Amino acid sequence: MNIHEYQGKALFKQHGVKVVEGVHCTSVSEALDAYDHLQSKVVAVKSQIHAGGRGKGNLYSPGSRDLVMEGGVKIAFSKDDVGTYSENILGNILVTKQTGEEGKLVNHLYVESGCDIAHEYYLALLVDREQKSVLVMASTEGGMDIEEVAEETPELLHKLNIDPNAGLLGYQIRDLGLALGLQGAAHKSFGKMLKALYSLFLKEDCAMVEINPLVRSSDDEMIALDAKVSFDENAEFRHKSWDDIRDLSEEEDVEIRAKETGLSYVKLDGNIGCLVNGAGLAMATMDVIKLYGGEPANFLDVGGGANEEQVKTAFSIILEDPNVKGILVNIFGGIMRCDIIARGVIAATESLGLTVPLVVRLAGTNVDEGKAILASSTLNIHPADDLAEGAQKIVELIGGDV
Amino acid sequence: MAIWIEEDAKVLVQGITGKQGMFHADKMVEYGTNIVGGCTPGKGGQTVDLQGNAYPVWDSMFEAIETTDAHATVIYVPPPFAAEAIMEAADAFDQIKGEGVVVCITEGIPTLDMVKAVAFVENRPGVRLIGPNCPGIITPGDGGGAKIGIMPGHIHAKGRIGIVSKSGTLTYEAVAQTMSIGEGQSTCVGIGGDPVNGTGFIECLAAFEADSQTEAIVMIGEIGGNAEQEAAAWAKENVTKPIVGFVAGATAPPGKRMGHAGAIISGGKGTAEEKFEAFEAAGIACARDPSELGAVLLESLKAAGLR
Repeated sequence: MNIHEYQGKALFKQHGVKVVEGVHCTSVSEALDAYDHLQSKVVAVKSQIHAGGRGKGNLYSPGSRDLVMEGGVKIAFSKDDVGTYSENILGNILVTKQTGEEGKLVNHLYVESGCDIAHEYYLALLVDREQKSVLVMASTEGGMDIEEVAEETPELLHKLNIDPNAGLLGYQIRDLGLALGLQGAAHKSFGKMLKALYSLFLKEDCAMVEINPLVRSSDDEMIALDAKVSFDENAEFRHKSWDDIRDLSEEEDVEIRAKETGLSYVKLDGNIGCLVNGAGLAMATMDVIKLYGGEPANFLDVGGGANEEQVKTAFSIILEDPNVKGILVNIFGGIMRCDIIARGVIAATESLGLTVPLVVRLAGTNVDEGKAILASSTLNIHPADDLAEGAQKIVELIGGDV
Repeated sequence: MAIWIEEDAKVLVQGITGKQGMFHADKMVEYGTNIVGGCTPGKGGQTVDLQGNAYPVWDSMFEAIETTDAHATVIYVPPPFAAEAIMEAADAFDQIKGEGVVVCITEGIPTLDMVKAVAFVENRPGVRLIGPNCPGIITPGDGGGAKIGIMPGHIHAKGRIGIVSKSGTLTYEAVAQTMSIGEGQSTCVGIGGDPVNGTGFIECLAAFEADSQTEAIVMIGEIGGNAEQEAAAWAKENVTKPIVGFVAGATAPPGKRMGHAGAIISGGKGTAEEKFEAFEAAGIACARDPSELGAVLLESLKAAGLR
């Protein structure tokens, strides 16, 4: 789960990570008030969306798709500037290299005081899957695309793994500070910040905290000028406060509804809907559709113990996508029984008045009963014995080449 | 032989009085798994009925292992308590026997809980953790066998193919593929789809290489991380038995979590293509369609003079 920069910075402030003063706004008038309140000659006017590359992104009008302004993060030198920039940002679509062409509607702004920057750094904390611990990554090359730094000048990207038993140790902080060339007050300020960030990371169940840029101010203080924070959704049960800061407008409505019914759904661009049990098999089903010349319309995992109702919901979610020209159901019954799935499929197709071709592949527990149920139905359901056959059939039925 | 779990291994069930735990404990007994009881804090002294017989419940894993001398435990405890259940089992096995296998089925455990639990288990070198968020481990026997997890037992048969996979149902698909060419399995291990887990691919490959029953290996990966790439590089140097591989997620878009918490392409890394390439570079025979795993395996067996 991602949160906005302004929310991340509020969290930083709460945990003792130094940020500059800023105000979250949702209207131009609030932005103008914020300028007055901040009493800073120069302010940054920053679009708030859940995607990176905002500074280099462009704003477009939602209707005409005309270019409104270049750059989603602007430096304002006057109140008039704040007015112009916030007007150009709010209610428009920001397209960055991370949002895809469709971009994201900007509903939130962050107006932040200026800051005297001596140098820009990069700092991130994340879970390292290979080392099975929290990893700190830091670089003197702040403000840059960190993947490029990792690729081109890996020696400038410094890493340290934190032993979960020992925690973040003094020598690790010292070494990392030295590697970044920090001295004196700046070094001390960096150490304090890193400790605060690690404690925040653990307490808030973060998946990632990224600060790009982290800046050293002219008076040697380390300040988080950006905040990209994401949480581990598995830990939601112990963070009731996440409900308040979750921005549902940033998430696909249909993906949220799917999740509420215990389904895992991701919309894709193709035209063959998939309904599968298990994440790995669902991915493999998409892959095989593509292999036989089709394009999957979605990833959909109905989970291990889906009932008739969930199967029906799954069908209705798949059919909401107007691109869907056919559906492939692929079930390898383990805990899930094929006869239950077969009944669910029939109930769903009947009640939803399915008009697109449907191929059903069943295997595993109670497969014979399941197949018999499908065969005895008067509905136009095409059976398949294995995944390849199922994929080939559905591609053929929607008129694709095999 | 087989790996880690013998056909007659004595198995405990943590969370045996819960709905999931009881359901799957019953299925395991039905398959022939030597279930010796279970553990649910606060319900010690009770019994649960599995396939018409009463099985004892203990309050603690220390008591349960001391009384039964169990070899393994399987965890069906809800996510908020699962990491602690892993650590309790690891501690008890370590102190009482110096060894044991902990299989965690639970899906949805917070990643930082797993960071802690995995470090805890790694401090107890005799204890092996499999999972979490996995189907478990199964060693099919001559009649019955040891099914420790949620996989459908009836699709398996004892044989010489070792299977290791990150996914659940895709593992069943792989099992069915081996059966389609008349081959059974030595042991099938689901290592799980979470970003931080216990046993990894390399440990499974090493165990299969050392196991006399296993003559070929099927390895199923998915997008996210680089465990598959590392395993492939390791296999190239260390595994002499034929390996057949598949990676799920070639069509998955970057930045989107595909069901499993770990199945996400981030920063352009962890793509299926990258992993297939690593497999091929290591001499692993790849199927691009899981329905062809059987055919690819058959060819590999023939090439190795095993068919």
